[in-house]
Amino acid sequence: MIVNRKALTFWEKLYLPAIIGGLKVTLRHAYNTLILKKVVTMEYPEQKWAVPADYRGAPYLVKDQDGNTKCVSCQLCEFVCPPKAIKIIPPGPAGQLADRSNAEKMPQAFEINMLRCIFCGFCQEVCPEEAIFLQKDYSLTGLTRAEMIYDKEKLLALGGTVGGVQKWKNKLEEAKEQETFPVKV
Amino acid sequence: MNWSFIIFSLVKIALAIGVLHAIAAYAVLVERKVSAWIQDRVGPNRAAPPFVKYIPVLGPMLTRWGIFQPLADGLKFMLKEDFTPAGVRKMYFWLAPALAVIPSLLVIAVIPFGSQMGNQKMVIADLNVGILYTFGIVSLGVYGIVLAGYAANSKYPFLGGIRSSAQMISYEISMGMSVIPVFLIAGNLNLSQIISWQTTHGWLVIYAPLSFIIFIVASFAETNRTPFDLPEAETELVGGYHTEYGSMKFALFFLAEYSNMVATSGMMVTLFFGGWTLPFWGLDQPAHSLGIGILQILIFLVKVCALMVLFIWVRWMFPRFRYDQLMDLGWRRFVPLALVNILITAVILWMKS
Repeated sequence: MIVNRKALTFWEKLYLPAIIGGLKVTLRHAYNTLILKKVVTMEYPEQKWAVPADYRGAPYLVKDQDGNTKCVSCQLCEFVCPPKAIKIIPPGPAGQLADRSNAEKMPQAFEINMLRCIFCGFCQEVCPEEAIFLQKDYSLTGLTRAEMIYDKEKLLALGGTVGGVQKWKNKLEEAKEQETFPVKV
Repeated sequence: MNWSFIIFSLVKIALAIGVLHAIAAYAVLVERKVSAWIQDRVGPNRAAPPFVKYIPVLGPMLTRWGIFQPLADGLKFMLKEDFTPAGVRKMYFWLAPALAVIPSLLVIAVIPFGSQMGNQKMVIADLNVGILYTFGIVSLGVYGIVLAGYAANSKYPFLGGIRSSAQMISYEISMGMSVIPVFLIAGNLNLSQIISWQTTHGWLVIYAPLSFIIFIVASFAETNRTPFDLPEAETELVGGYHTEYGSMKFALFFLAEYSNMVATSGMMVTLFFGGWTLPFWGLDQPAHSLGIGILQILIFLVKVCALMVLFIWVRWMFPRFRYDQLMDLGWRRFVPLALVNILITAVILWMKS
């Protein structure tokens, strides 16, 4: 396709309309930013954007509403983790018991290497205890590599509390009730 | 030749170069801020020495204005490794930045930046052929750039150097011819005399507006500023003539560009806007007290800064000319226009006399 270029008029050949147009555009923009303060820049460390509700940030361990660690050291997340960022040391046969009733065990050590973590959310997906959740943190910084390996205490402190179904809470009562079989109706 | 002349000259040289460098450094900041405003951004607002945040209100405010940014920039340039690529022509490579800076500093020698303080005239060299000297020196500026392009032994700088040699030589002609009407009208080549002519007759921009337009456009070309920044055309030539330069050598090219802007602005102020004078409050007469003397220097600096802002504003307003358009504009528009301008001015002056 051939588009014939229109010949410039004398006025246009003086470049003046273009110059005046340019002056107007730049002045308008400068006025908007400088006087009207219509700045679109978000000054990051001071201002942060609100992440979407389903945002996948860093995975942290959570506690239930009674303040107990939910994790039972089943190691499913360690197994499913694609970049092998999670490392769990289970208590072992003679290890420490769980700090809540009716849970068999709790992790002796639980580490997430945040340098490896890809925030995929598989750990959250696979967790049978709803003990690990991807939260909203996206800016994890540290000065050393060792600093970026988050241990259990740090993960729990950062994770906070997520309530919900307490799977094991009433198991003892239920088990006792089973013994007096004809369950009261 | 006596001692006081030498001492006062040295003091004036030191002050003028110091102020020139300060203006050049802060012109970079203004450039970044103005470009930010035009592009709906904020601009540099973080850099500050560590103690500044403890100053109550002023500290954060100055930081947001980016006042400390030029210091950080300068420090960065100083501390960077002074790298010389393999395969460059070493001597010319080292010579080029100096050759770019020296002419831009020499130009301010003849520009009267104030009336007088005590019995010292506020001009480093009150030459009777001031403007001829300026054009002689300004045309040396191209050697720095051409040498930089040649010495780098690399394609992009070479193209930049070639472009700049053609561009600067072309626009020098129209620039030189554009000011001839000014001297026809004022009848003098001495810049101080031109200023004193303007105090009695009014600013020369009223008498020779066409000269002013040609001069300002040509000075955009001479200082390698957009829309004529073909020698360094970042989008085409990586960095143009200074592609291979780093650290302080690059900073010298940068300094040369901004010093050139200051010098041409000073030239324009002197030739067209009455130099250090203002037409009211008796500020158009040489100062008799120290305060007035300083005030007149400030007037000159304010005028220069206003023109600098114009330079910067234009840079963020216009796209770059194509090379043939640049040559076309220089040779086929401005040279004839300048010639006609000389002719008309001469005829009018002849009819008046």
